[in-house]
Amino acid sequence: MTANLNIIGLAREVYKGLPTTLCAGCGHNSITNHLIKALYEYGVEPHKLAKMSGIGCSSKTPAYFVEQAHGFNGLHGRMPSAATGAKLANRELVVLGISGDGDTASIGLGQYCHMIRRNVDCTYIVENNGCYGLTKGQFSATADVGSTQKGGKANEYSTIDVCGLAIELGATFVARSFSGDGKQLVPLLQAAFSHRGTAILDVISPCVTFNDHVGSTKSYAYVKEHDIVLHTADYIAGGREITVDYEPGTVRDVELEDGAHVLLRKLDVDYDPTDESSALRTIHESRERGEFVTGLLYVDTHQQDLCAREHMVKQPLATLDEETLRIGREDWDKMMRPLTET
Amino acid sequence: MPARAVNDFTIRVATVNGSGSQSSNLVLTNAIARLGIPVAPKNVFPSNIEGLPTWFDVRISALGYQCRARHFDVLVALNAATWQQDVGGVKSGGAVVHEEVFPCKGDTLREDLSYYAVPFTALAKEHFADKGDLRKYLMNMIYVGVVAQLLEIPLSTIEEALRTQFRSKAAAVELNMSAVRIGVDYVQQNLEKHDPWRVVPMSGKIDGLLFMEGNRAAALGCVMGGCTVAAWYPITPSSSLCEYFIQYCDRYRVDPQTGNRSVAVVQAEDELAAAGIVFGAGWAGARAMTSTSGPGISLMAEYAGYGYFAEVPGVIFDVQRAGPSTGLPTRTMQGDLAFAYTLSHGDTKHIVLLPATVAEAYEFAMAAFDLAERFQTPVFVLSDLDLGMNPWLTPPLQYPEGSFDRGKVLGADDLASMKSWGRYRDVDKDGIGYRTLPGTNHPAAGFFTRGTGHDEEARYSEMPDVWERNLDRLNRKTETARTAVPPPVVSEKKSTKVAILAYGTTHHAVVEARDFLRDAGVEVNYLRVRALPLPPEVAAFIKRHDRVYVVEQNRDGQLYGILRTELPTYLIGRLQSIRHYNGVPIDAHAIIDPLLAEQREPAVVAE
Ligand SMILES: Cc1ncc(C[n+]2csc(CCOP(=O)(O)OP(=O)(O)O)c2C)c(N)n1
Ligand code: SF4
Repeated sequence: MTANLNIIGLAREVYKGLPTTLCAGCGHNSITNHLIKALYEYGVEPHKLAKMSGIGCSSKTPAYFVEQAHGFNGLHGRMPSAATGAKLANRELVVLGISGDGDTASIGLGQYCHMIRRNVDCTYIVENNGCYGLTKGQFSATADVGSTQKGGKANEYSTIDVCGLAIELGATFVARSFSGDGKQLVPLLQAAFSHRGTAILDVISPCVTFNDHVGSTKSYAYVKEHDIVLHTADYIAGGREITVDYEPGTVRDVELEDGAHVLLRKLDVDYDPTDESSALRTIHESRERGEFVTGLLYVDTHQQDLCAREHMVKQPLATLDEETLRIGREDWDKMMRPLTET
Repeated sequence: MPARAVNDFTIRVATVNGSGSQSSNLVLTNAIARLGIPVAPKNVFPSNIEGLPTWFDVRISALGYQCRARHFDVLVALNAATWQQDVGGVKSGGAVVHEEVFPCKGDTLREDLSYYAVPFTALAKEHFADKGDLRKYLMNMIYVGVVAQLLEIPLSTIEEALRTQFRSKAAAVELNMSAVRIGVDYVQQNLEKHDPWRVVPMSGKIDGLLFMEGNRAAALGCVMGGCTVAAWYPITPSSSLCEYFIQYCDRYRVDPQTGNRSVAVVQAEDELAAAGIVFGAGWAGARAMTSTSGPGISLMAEYAGYGYFAEVPGVIFDVQRAGPSTGLPTRTMQGDLAFAYTLSHGDTKHIVLLPATVAEAYEFAMAAFDLAERFQTPVFVLSDLDLGMNPWLTPPLQYPEGSFDRGKVLGADDLASMKSWGRYRDVDKDGIGYRTLPGTNHPAAGFFTRGTGHDEEARYSEMPDVWERNLDRLNRKTETARTAVPPPVVSEKKSTKVAILAYGTTHHAVVEARDFLRDAGVEVNYLRVRALPLPPEVAAFIKRHDRVYVVEQNRDGQLYGILRTELPTYLIGRLQSIRHYNGVPIDAHAIIDPLLAEQREPAVVAE
């Protein structure tokens, strides 16, 4: 492996996509860059990657990375079902869903919940800017109470916390991060790829055009000031030696299903990401203080994903043929005996 | 004695929903069929689990007519609440078997009927005091005995039918047989037959046939058609399609050694999600389907349009019921034709298959997967409650010979040998591009599937000419589809210029209506449409006739409307719409009466 090729021998270039058409400075663009890094370093095979999205500025993101991969830019809020279908059809695919907060928490809330409930094996990123970007700045359901729109109008309705909700629904991997914090986001993304089940990543991603003013709780300035980093993370791929370059006792090692590890480096809190109720409490308390806690909030590596629960064959269903799928002739004839069925 | 009294009449069983009469109704039906006599059962049931009136009609027709008969001749009245209404509906000269305690004097008494009072409740109480919940089922079996005795059905035949019903479980057969005998004995000891209705064994008409519901046949079509992903949300009358599919998969798609399944079935959170799963799976290369009814396809509209425009295969079964909204959820209609054909916003035209028989429900289910992949598009299969949920006599379904038609799919090797490819290029001038599946190991395989405007290379574009070109190509695809969908079935005699055009289950009433009309001196030709977009044979057929009656089961004449839009103007004036839309399956007279009236006084036709 040469210096600039990843473990499967591909250059970083391969992980790039078309030039972005989003606003300059949009948080979504930063996420794209972190994603490119994460996918490249992880060594995702482009042909196995299925990039799924809904509708919105955020959902355009899949066009901007790994151009070789197949993409499915579906319907507003209805990507989780398409992602579910794609995974069922071909369980060898690495399914990566990209959504917005309007896409996820309003029109797509039902599908979001049910994808989590089924534990569909995929990485699901919410590019969360608290507003509808593409339709020009309306509030989304993740806008905080009291936060204002560009024109000054305040949101009076309570917020839907996509992380809290996910944990409540039995999600098996829930993380929150900030588009400006690649150091934290990249390893979290890689851990999400390693996870067997739905991995939710809520990434606060300021909309510089409609939601980056004083009064917005999803602006760069606000998030930078109120971001409580639970830990930074290191991702160690399965089978690789874990080198410890930090003080013992300040790190927590979470082993993932494929043998990979995510190492959480503690900064100021003693946090256990496998404790569901403490995860919920942490989210609640931080919201009450007007803060965003970021990091791996919750993980459960013991649940089966949808394909496992359905006891599906290992071979992709999409490739099964007539011989395998049809009822045998003898059984058929037995079924077709005259006057036997009513 | 009316000539029809032997092997040509209809029995109506009037009961209460939840009273467990279904198995006795089926035993009676099966027994009559075992005598070689064609029967056509129709279950008319309410949208309710327990307590509302339900009717089960068994049409007995030596000539083999399978549609609903408008009137009934023999009534088995077990529902006190509808007793007066039920008696009122019996044809003059008919017979009534009823619970003894129903009032049979005064207003209700029709002197033109024969009455047989049987103390069903008392008999059941007396003989099955210890049977608890089973008692109501056994009480229904007593009526089977009574009817068998009155119609002269041999007891041994009833026993065979019971064995079928209870899959040869000896104890169940014996217990139910004892109930049947109670009915037989009661008639022998207490009643004297004074009506003409009876059955006589015959042969040659239904030899080798079996009973099957359309939904079961469609489920088998899905299995044999290689469906591996099914997503559904329960709705009558489509639920049993997926339930049967699950049953068959549990049996035939599980590796006995490992327990691994070569199928995935998801009960989705709603129809929108079901459609999303289908198109996600279709995009990734699986044969995927969902089954629903009218309210469900409304929710699927956006994904249906996406599937059409982004060109993703998927199969949607719409087992129609009477709408809109919940409408009459347990009644039948052909009300979704126009909606399904163009489902979604913008310019959309779908392939729609229209099975009329159980065999077609099976064959079209298989064909739907081939067509969906070949045309890379959603395919609708529109049946209805009548076909989907009623048992019909059908020849055994044929084991498929050919292999799946997976359409134009490029693999890694194909790509390696090509200079370039574009997802939406019309290489073969049939409107159908070549696709690749996710997972194909070649750097050129990937493309971006989207509902936004796109060019031949699947690149985002809002250019007017690109958009128009793409829509024109999609239309070319529709034109190709016209000649690939199941062609119409034509029955034509040169001597007449009058014709009927129909589709789906309306067919069975047309068959009977044509015979009746022939006897009345009016010969009519017949074309049965089996798919949209309309194949060229349809216009050619209409051209050969002066008058074409378009018969269907909806208020607004939906096929009539489609014909008026798609046919050349000079043919439109030849069409005349005949509609039936009261929620129960169409009967022959719904066609005969308006057609004869029209023939006597033809409207002025502008040529
Ligand atoms: C069914 C439907 N309703 C409405 C829209 C219009 N629409 C497009 S994007 C969008 C909001 C997207 O917001 P979000 O998911 O937060 O993404 P962002 O643009 O902020 O990244 C809406 C309402 C649509 N495309 N489809
Ligand atoms: S409108 Fe907002 S969310 Fe959309 S691209 Fe611009 S900055 Fe990003």
